[in-house]
Amino acid sequence: MILPALFFYLFASICVASAVMVIASRNPVHSVLFLILAFVNASGLFVLMGAEFLAMLLIVVYVGAVAVLFLFVIMMLDVDFTQLREGFIQYLPFGLVIGAIFLAELLLVAGGWVMNPNVTKSITAAIPTNVSNTEALGLVLYTKYIHYFQLAGMVLLVAMIGAIVLTLRHKVKVRRQDINVQNARNPELAMEVRKVATGQGLQDADAGSWVK
Amino acid sequence: MTITTAGYSLLPVLPELMLAVGAMVLLMIGAFNGPKVTGLVTTLAVCLLVVVGAAEIMLPAGKHVTFGGSFIVDDYARFLKVLAIIASAVTLILSREFLADQSRRIFEYAILVLLSTLGMMVLISAGDLIMLYLGLELMSLALYVVAASNRDNAKSTEAGLKYFVLGALSSGMLLYGASMIYGFTGTVSFAGIAAEAKTGNIGLVFGLVFLLAGLCFKVSAVPFHMWTPDVYEGAPTPVTAFFASAPKVAALAVFTRVTLTAFPGIVVQWQQVVVFVSLASMVLGSFAAIGQTNIKRLMAYSSIGHMGFALVGLAAGTQEGAQGVLVYIAIYVAMTLGTFAIILTMKRNGQPVETIKDFAGLSRTNPIIAFFFAMFLFSLAGVPPLAGFFGKFYVFMAAIKSGLFVLAVVGVLASVVGAFYYLSIVKLMYFDEPVGKLDPMRVELRTVLAVAGLFNVLFFVYPAPLVSAAAFAAKSLF
Amino acid sequence: MIQALVFLPLIGALIAGFIAILGAHGRNPSGDEMDHAHDDHGHGDASAHAHAAHGHDDHGHDDHDDHHHVAEPAALGSRAAELITAGLLVVSAVLSWMTFVDVAFMHHDARIVLLNWINSGDLQLSWTLRVDTLTAVMLVVVTTVSSLVHIYSLGYMEDDPNRPRFMAYLSLFTFMMLMLVTADNLLQLFFGWEGVGLASYLLIGFWFKKPSANAAAIKAFVVNRVGDFGFLLGIFALFMLVGSTDLDTIFASAPGLTGKTINFFGWHADALTLTCLLLFVGAMGKSAQFLLHTWLPDAMEGPTPVSALIHAATMVTAGVFMVARMSPLFELAPNAQAVVMLVGATTAFFAATIGLVQNDIKRIVAYSTCSQLGYMFVALGTGAYSVAMFHLFTHAFFKALLFLGSGSVIYAMHHEQDIRKMGGLWNKIPFTYAMMTIGTLALTGFPFTAGYFSKDAIIEAAYASHTQFAFYGFLMTVVAALLTSFYSWRLVFKTFHGEPHDKKHYDAAHEAPLWMLVPLAVLGIGSFAAGFPFKELFAGHHVGEFFRESLKMNPHIIEEMHHIPGWVPYVPTVMMVLGFLISYLFYVRKPYLPVELANQHPLLYKFLLNKWYFDELYEIIFVRPAKWIGHFLWKKGDGMIIDGLGPDGISARVLNITRGVVKLQTGYLYHYAFAMLIGVAGLITWFIFGLGGQ
Repeated sequence: MILPALFFYLFASICVASAVMVIASRNPVHSVLFLILAFVNASGLFVLMGAEFLAMLLIVVYVGAVAVLFLFVIMMLDVDFTQLREGFIQYLPFGLVIGAIFLAELLLVAGGWVMNPNVTKSITAAIPTNVSNTEALGLVLYTKYIHYFQLAGMVLLVAMIGAIVLTLRHKVKVRRQDINVQNARNPELAMEVRKVATGQGLQDADAGSWVK
Repeated sequence: MTITTAGYSLLPVLPELMLAVGAMVLLMIGAFNGPKVTGLVTTLAVCLLVVVGAAEIMLPAGKHVTFGGSFIVDDYARFLKVLAIIASAVTLILSREFLADQSRRIFEYAILVLLSTLGMMVLISAGDLIMLYLGLELMSLALYVVAASNRDNAKSTEAGLKYFVLGALSSGMLLYGASMIYGFTGTVSFAGIAAEAKTGNIGLVFGLVFLLAGLCFKVSAVPFHMWTPDVYEGAPTPVTAFFASAPKVAALAVFTRVTLTAFPGIVVQWQQVVVFVSLASMVLGSFAAIGQTNIKRLMAYSSIGHMGFALVGLAAGTQEGAQGVLVYIAIYVAMTLGTFAIILTMKRNGQPVETIKDFAGLSRTNPIIAFFFAMFLFSLAGVPPLAGFFGKFYVFMAAIKSGLFVLAVVGVLASVVGAFYYLSIVKLMYFDEPVGKLDPMRVELRTVLAVAGLFNVLFFVYPAPLVSAAAFAAKSLF
Repeated sequence: MIQALVFLPLIGALIAGFIAILGAHGRNPSGDEMDHAHDDHGHGDASAHAHAAHGHDDHGHDDHDDHHHVAEPAALGSRAAELITAGLLVVSAVLSWMTFVDVAFMHHDARIVLLNWINSGDLQLSWTLRVDTLTAVMLVVVTTVSSLVHIYSLGYMEDDPNRPRFMAYLSLFTFMMLMLVTADNLLQLFFGWEGVGLASYLLIGFWFKKPSANAAAIKAFVVNRVGDFGFLLGIFALFMLVGSTDLDTIFASAPGLTGKTINFFGWHADALTLTCLLLFVGAMGKSAQFLLHTWLPDAMEGPTPVSALIHAATMVTAGVFMVARMSPLFELAPNAQAVVMLVGATTAFFAATIGLVQNDIKRIVAYSTCSQLGYMFVALGTGAYSVAMFHLFTHAFFKALLFLGSGSVIYAMHHEQDIRKMGGLWNKIPFTYAMMTIGTLALTGFPFTAGYFSKDAIIEAAYASHTQFAFYGFLMTVVAALLTSFYSWRLVFKTFHGEPHDKKHYDAAHEAPLWMLVPLAVLGIGSFAAGFPFKELFAGHHVGEFFRESLKMNPHIIEEMHHIPGWVPYVPTVMMVLGFLISYLFYVRKPYLPVELANQHPLLYKFLLNKWYFDELYEIIFVRPAKWIGHFLWKKGDGMIIDGLGPDGISARVLNITRGVVKLQTGYLYHYAFAMLIGVAGLITWFIFGLGGQ
């Protein structure tokens, strides 16, 4: 039993430490990298609990997709983080006070915390060995929890529609490839021949038609 | 008729299923035909809502529970669902003009409203914390999007973003609270929680506070109200009308259901939270509204204040109080939609005008609108014999019967302060110099205005249907 | 008979008032503001306007618009109003003499219940007329003097356009005074008490266009409020102790109250002493005793008949009457009696000293009144209530005589009141001179005049008494007798003898009309006749039989008065002669002496001339702080706190709060999020620290 415990504390402490670093590091890119570290450690914790499906899901979805997306976005955005930090420092005392209050209260609660026996029972219940983790999830997800599943689907649908509504733009001025138009193009359409008087060059007034 | 899936009866969720399927069908219609069918989709969405509402009413009487207790259809749910559906449908009607504009022909708007309404219905019927959360997110996510739907407008996008970020924070709080409650009680179902939560264990109360904080955000109760004025002002006006009506119904419904059915054992504890937010909302809503120059911001504070009044009934923690809440919210929805019909009418030369000064002298340029608006304002202020007075009357009576005298007294005082700003608009309309005639009123706005206005003015003549329906609904919670 | 005697003045007042209102209407038919009298005249003005306007409202449509409008005409029916009120008063006076005989000698005491007044829990009151000897004496005094003053006023006020109003006030006063003296319970007494205060206010401020008259009226009213407050507290204390304000009930339970205490913020005061002192505070206010005397000299701003009636003969003696009425209580509270004696003796001396140097003819008489009232209180303090009543009785005649005589002089001098501007008038107005001399003789206690018997009786009683301040009382009254004699003769000498100082007025001086002279004559007779015939009844061995139950005398005082050393009765007479001689020396023989004396002792002279600086002292102690407090309450209390927190303030605060709340709405997302977190933290903290009442 010593080894799992050792790993638990390893993962847990790294997870918390990197979570702190996410907030504390000055460089946002570092923050995202620490976030990824936190995810990885969290998935390690899942593995220790025997929830390997969730662990892999975390790696694939959060690390592989979400966090990498974050990284891209942050690298592409031109945000003055030092300026943001000024506000942060300004309100830090208040934040710290509120944070300290929350922490103290949480500790108080944790001190007097009585976990309901039901919860303990369900956590400590033996993981069935005859079905795989994934299969076990699938067995309840589409039967017992069908309504949650479907509703979650509706939520995702809304998210999708929302993303489209807010970002998709059918801009008129955007140049798109139209093969028919390209094929129908001929030299007469594409070119215009002009006589230019000697020593006068091209008149400004002609510029518009000339470009066309 | 027995439809089942995975052993669960589907009859109670029939209206929700119809709504979900209908919304997806409309989405397909829109997706394949493009923006030009926006008007058609909107009309069909209204029809769909009417059908769903009718289905809801026609469900067999009594209490139906399905999905293992996750979904409850009782008189309470029916009353509020119908109310929410009406509010959504009216909002869609009010939105037609907004959507008719070339640059804003987003057919998804109607779909989002439908899906949001679906979320509300789930929320209202939620029987456990997971259902509650899913319903809440479904409703909210659609709201975030419609808030920003005027996406070329900085204010609108800002509103959507603010609402989204703060909504996420509140969802986080709600989930945190829900997890603590689960930790203490070992169950997520309201009935199970009620069976376990007999004492005010600090951990449970801790969780309860977080849960209620999340719900307070949705009803925009102080101090979780900060998003409201900015979002109301920034969002397109029909969207604001939507925000002010249907989601408030759903949020208040779930607020009431959670507190009364999941935590009847620790009434003393949640009552204090409710009393506090109720007091704070009434006072802040009344005071802050005075300083506003934008009518939509004013309506935001007005709705904060009204949520405070409605929560007075909940604070009572009795069946009478619940009935008061229901009557209040129904009347509030009618008054709000009527008021927004007028705000939507406020256009000069095709440009919407939103400042309060623009109402000056309305009685001379548009006497009928001015009259109706005055009626709504008097009603919002709670002047008898208009409907708004009865709403306040029921909640205050319930509070007094429960011995919450301070709440009732502060409530009355706050409504006096509130009357100040409502009446200042009336004064502006009737005694100040006109600033110009409004554009002619659209027919659907007229209809909404007339219906809401008549309800408002004539409620005192025959209040029995609403009051007795609310009484039945409240009874089913106990 | 008694009802008639009490209510006839009221009827007169109503009729005259009605005529006055019609007159006001006639002068000002449109009801507009009168064009004159718009200067800053203070309250009297306003009230009179209100009066006029009110009258107009009530009778605005009577057919009196044809009334001719000359400048300040007397109202139609003025003469009728005067005659009616005077006539009714004469009837009332006759009736009261009959009642006096009936009650005092036939022993027909009466209790006449008129109607129920208050039925409230323990408080059962009715309007009841109580007539016993004490009341009968007062009835005689009040109605006699009042009827004479009414008649006198027919002449004195003949130039005044507001005569009906004046007569109405006079009759109203008389009615109130009668209510006061016939009261059967303390509340009815208080009703009359306040009624005469009101009438006094109205009459002092009768010439409401004079700012000084208004100021004097207000001063009289306000100073009297101080006393009335004490009186009210006394009534409350009695009601608390006895549970009734009925006189008989109080007197019956008075012996049981000895030794009882009233817990007043932990101070266990002797109930009877405290109650009596509180009642006496009321008497001090009404009777212008030391410390509350300041209003009386100023009250001379009113017309002279008013001074004679109210501020000499009747109202100011109400305090004496009240103490005498409450004699069963005072007899049981020797400490209170001692205080009465102390205050009375001090007043007698103090007012006399001021009288020495005053120059206004009416003020001299006013201070003399003050001083004589002090004598009466000395007598009350010894327990010789009948003696006090005796002096009250005789004083009413000679002091009314002096006042009306002064009025006659003033009338002759065309409303000149400064004695330094008079002189040598004796041959111009010989009748007035004679009457004033009679009054002066009576006042100074010339043998066999009325004042001689009563004043001597008081000094004897003071000597014979054994209370703490008895010797002080004796000393002060004797010295005051000297002073009285001096200033009274000074008045006579400066007015009627020597060289005329104002030739114009002197030449125009003439004797008053018959209306004024007849009352003078009657009072002159009274000043002689009121003494000897009544001596035995008031101060002799027949006291018990005469007053019976109405007074509870110190049982030994009359006896002891007759066993004092033989020199004592001669002391006042000697003092009187001494005073006369000094006065004669100063003002007839060597008129430069007083001036030299004044120059030699400027401080003392100033001190006396400025009435011991009481007005200045009160100005500093009460008026300025009161004004300051008023100003403070107005600006800070009302302006800042009431308005600030009230109507104006609430709306301002609302806007402030609004501004604050709106300021919270910064538009910054992290502020909003922070607000939510603070909200949650606050709620959780509330529960964690057990404030949630788990």
